Amino acid sequence: MTGGQRGRYTIYLGMAAGVGKTYRMLQEGLARAEAGEDVAIGFLETHGRADTAALADGLERLPRRRVTYRDTVLEELDLPAILGRAPEVCLIDELAHTNAPGVGHHKRYEDIDEVLGAGIEVLSTVNVQHLESLNDRIAELSGVRVRETVPDNVLGRADQVVLIDLTPEALLERLRAGKVYPTERVDAALNGFFRIENLMALREVALRQVAEEVESRRLTTEIVGTREETLAEEASQAFGERLLALVEPYPGSQPLVRRAWRSAQRLGASLDLLWVKPPGRSPTAEQERALGALRQLASVLGAHLLVEESDDVPGAVAAVARRRGSTYILLGPGAPRRGLARLRTPLPQRLMELLPGVDVRIVAARSPRVKEDR
Amino acid sequence: MTIGIAVVAALAVGVAAGWWLPPHGRRPAVVTGPAVRRILLPFAGASISRRALEAAIRLAKAENAVIMPAFLARVPRRLPLDAPLSMQCERGIPVLEAITQRATAQGVVVDSRVARGRSYRDALEHLLDEEQFDRIIVSATANPHTGLSKRDLEWLLERVPAEVLILRPAPADERRISAAGVIGHF
Repeated sequence: MTGGQRGRYTIYLGMAAGVGKTYRMLQEGLARAEAGEDVAIGFLETHGRADTAALADGLERLPRRRVTYRDTVLEELDLPAILGRAPEVCLIDELAHTNAPGVGHHKRYEDIDEVLGAGIEVLSTVNVQHLESLNDRIAELSGVRVRETVPDNVLGRADQVVLIDLTPEALLERLRAGKVYPTERVDAALNGFFRIENLMALREVALRQVAEEVESRRLTTEIVGTREETLAEEASQAFGERLLALVEPYPGSQPLVRRAWRSAQRLGASLDLLWVKPPGRSPTAEQERALGALRQLASVLGAHLLVEESDDVPGAVAAVARRRGSTYILLGPGAPRRGLARLRTPLPQRLMELLPGVDVRIVAARSPRVKEDR
Repeated sequence: MTIGIAVVAALAVGVAAGWWLPPHGRRPAVVTGPAVRRILLPFAGASISRRALEAAIRLAKAENAVIMPAFLARVPRRLPLDAPLSMQCERGIPVLEAITQRATAQGVVVDSRVARGRSYRDALEHLLDEEQFDRIIVSATANPHTGLSKRDLEWLLERVPAEVLILRPAPADERRISAAGVIGHF
């Protein structure tokens, strides 16, 4: 234990139960114990998995705290016991767990915070669906709202986040082999949360989460000890991307919206869609229909559809981009210009003049040759 | 003299036409008027049967129709009906892109849709209320997670005031169009 210094914190992050977070944490604990460090298990949840329980046999287990709640005896992490024993490294499973009423802290990650504060190194585990910001998305995906959530900055506080990755196919194989849940729960799991499309999406979320974490840490590291304020501002801007896609109410706009949304997803950015409507002209029935489809698409994607009436398209776009703080503008290649319109400065160039510092991207209209199926 | 004037006039007309017309090819196809036939192609999940898409493209080409691929998203009870559904969109939107690319490459105009509901049937019902089309193509599936069930199809036959083409399950349904079919960066 390093007196007065906060303990090192490692979190094993997984896409779902059964990927092997706890197992990996125990392996690390054993390796550290073999290397001569003082390692103890503060709390372990084996979920009845024999392999996991067997691996834990080689490590000291600290007692659990027994709490009676509504005539049921619950076992919780015993914080005073950990602090009293003060091992060099403590393994505490499932940091998102909510403690029973009557226990000092409401959540286990708060207990962990106290352990770290005592200078004890902590290894812990969490699944990606417990992160607060992802809760709605996971609920949408699986139909199950996870009650035990933790603020996203819990990951940020860790010195190291280790992603325990497993392909969805391999996880399903483990599930079918009864290595994740008891046999009687396997069918329900396969038909519910553990569907391959869910797992694929969750895996992507977990991978992205760790990638963002790494990027965030890189920027934070750069801030320390240098031009703090300037870099902090740059870092916040790097995370505050906002895309503005210029659309028109016709079916050809939808690929542009899809591409813009995909870019926004990758950047973790918000997306606005803008139609600059010619003044004094009512939309045709076909335009109304296309506008309705765009509205629906925007709503499902979580984007905002804005309609501005103006005959000065570049001016209206620039005004909206300034108002919304857009950092990227995406537009289609536009219809071929005819007549006197050829003499005017093209829209992308006008936007670059009006909005210095804003990226302008022309999204190509793809009409590929037919390729054979992959 | 007259021939000279005629040649000069012809040149002037040619230059004016060249100036006025777009520099490259025809104008992009625009869907206009209610006379255009529409073929609705609903799907759910992360892929669509290639057979269903090919049937839609064949019919669209024969009838000079527009294909309306519609991604059906299911809103869990715990979320409001107008909630953004980014996780499902991550699976469905690339499929819409792949469909658009394939159909466009074969000269078929695509006008895609996304519909939400508490179930796939509910999403489809919202779509039926809002859109007009002449034909609907669906694939029968035994897996309720990937599309419309047998009961949904029975309901569809009773409910839809258009021609319904139901493709019965076939081994060829294993060949599907998914996000992997998107050509280029997406």
